[in-house]
Amino acid sequence: MAETREITLPASLRDVEPVRSVRTPAQLDYEFTAGDAASRFLRGITQKRIIGQQAPGGNVYVPPRGADPELGQPTPIEVEVAQVGTVTSFCVVNLQFYGSVMEIPYVSALILLDGADLSVMHLIQEIPADQVRIGMRVEAVWRDDEDLEPTMESIKWFRPTGEPDDVDVRIPGEAHGTGLGSWPGGVAPTEALVRNPRTGQGGEH
Amino acid sequence: MRDIAVISFAQTPMRRRVEELNEVEMLMPAIHDALRQVDMTIDDIGFTCSGSTDYLAGTAFSFVSTLDGVGPWPPIQESHVEMDGAWALYEAWVKLQIGEIDTALVYGYAKSSPGDLPMVLTRQLDPITVGPLWPDSVSMAALQARSLLDAGKATEEQFAEVAARSRRNALDNPNAQLAWDRSAADVLAEDYLVAPLRRSDCAPIIDGAAAIVLAAGDVARSKVTRPAWIRGIDHRVEPIHLGLRDLTVSESTRTAAAKAGVADGPIDVAELHAPFTSQELILAEALGLGDQTSINPSGGALSANPMMTAGLILIGEVANRISSGDANRGVAHATSGPCLQQNLVCVLEGEN
Repeated sequence: MAETREITLPASLRDVEPVRSVRTPAQLDYEFTAGDAASRFLRGITQKRIIGQQAPGGNVYVPPRGADPELGQPTPIEVEVAQVGTVTSFCVVNLQFYGSVMEIPYVSALILLDGADLSVMHLIQEIPADQVRIGMRVEAVWRDDEDLEPTMESIKWFRPTGEPDDVDVRIPGEAHGTGLGSWPGGVAPTEALVRNPRTGQGGEH
Repeated sequence: MRDIAVISFAQTPMRRRVEELNEVEMLMPAIHDALRQVDMTIDDIGFTCSGSTDYLAGTAFSFVSTLDGVGPWPPIQESHVEMDGAWALYEAWVKLQIGEIDTALVYGYAKSSPGDLPMVLTRQLDPITVGPLWPDSVSMAALQARSLLDAGKATEEQFAEVAARSRRNALDNPNAQLAWDRSAADVLAEDYLVAPLRRSDCAPIIDGAAAIVLAAGDVARSKVTRPAWIRGIDHRVEPIHLGLRDLTVSESTRTAAAKAGVADGPIDVAELHAPFTSQELILAEALGLGDQTSINPSGGALSANPMMTAGLILIGEVANRISSGDANRGVAHATSGPCLQQNLVCVLEGEN
């Protein structure tokens, strides 16, 4: 048991209410750098083009971030991807988040654009939230030309195309799992189980 | 204890602003270069450890994105410290001592240009009693410099000598950002930036990255002719509150130096992480360096001080001089926290 000690306050503080908490507002301002890969992607957005990037032998990443995380290499090859794709996952948002102008409920989704190897995240509109499903085909809806800016918000949202669902859509990551209990066969990837993208060795996947 | 050596070292050219690249794009060349020097890939590396902090560029999860540059697939063993890469090297050294792996990749990087670095650094101070005052890092160092002057342990002329010598040495360092040949008298003629420190007494703010490959025993010998062996490495920390310490000495550096065995032999070269001239004087005394030691031939932090990286670079600079045969035994130092709060000392030696 810890020994407790009496704390004696100086006379001038005896009747003063103890401070129980302090508010210390802090703000730091940054001029963020998108970097080369993201800048090239965003410039494409201003031209209503969705341009992914890949390293030689690597996946097509949309949006690109400067490195292929499997190979550990830059992604200099530009690959324009389609503006239609398939929903690979989604969620229905029922909370009004600070700063959001969306009417709830709304759908936030992962969309595998035709030609890309990884899904991009965006909004789904023009369909009731409870009718959105994995496999649904969607297309980008852009802002008016004069409102195009280097931001993902130049695409307002994605809406259903009306095409039949792609029920066998490849869910990125399903081959080697994405953690949280999704490992194929319940076994986490190890060097033995996973194909090494640099050497081509190994891997049941 | 296993013999662990630095077998390669690479850094990016140190620039005030790397505006066109994001952090992973800036860092990748250093990682690739360090691995290429010893004909290795990430598949040959047993453990990866990095030092960085997201607060510098204001990018959440920055250090997770920069791991993309390593190619962590198949999954790798990896760790990260919110510290200078020198501490990441320490963690990698400990991991290598355990004996299950023989090689490690260490890297550090920072983009400080997006933010106001001296203000960002106030976030590492006590959040209740000091942080809200927003005391910038230059003013904190100036407090320490003032203590040094008032204690009669140094003069402004000595600060200026350090400033002049460091930048003159940097003329031979193609990676340094600040390199010039001006006299101490020229430095003394400058106006104060934050008295008693002048602009030339302070390190430049830099964007940059560096990487080192460590290897154990025979693996090191198989990769390079003259590995730079880590003979001792230790780090100590002091209280963060300036008022609880004697700012004119660095007890943590003295202790770390003793534990690392600095005095066990002659020191040919010392690279000290002193972002302020006043601090170099304190560190040289704490390490017990004498006239036979060449101090900061690279120009030190005063010529290029990328946050989270400078200490790692100084270990690399000493290692390079040992590997090339220019030196046989050296000490590298790294610091973190306000006014030399935390210090790491690393003794490196070549095999004859």
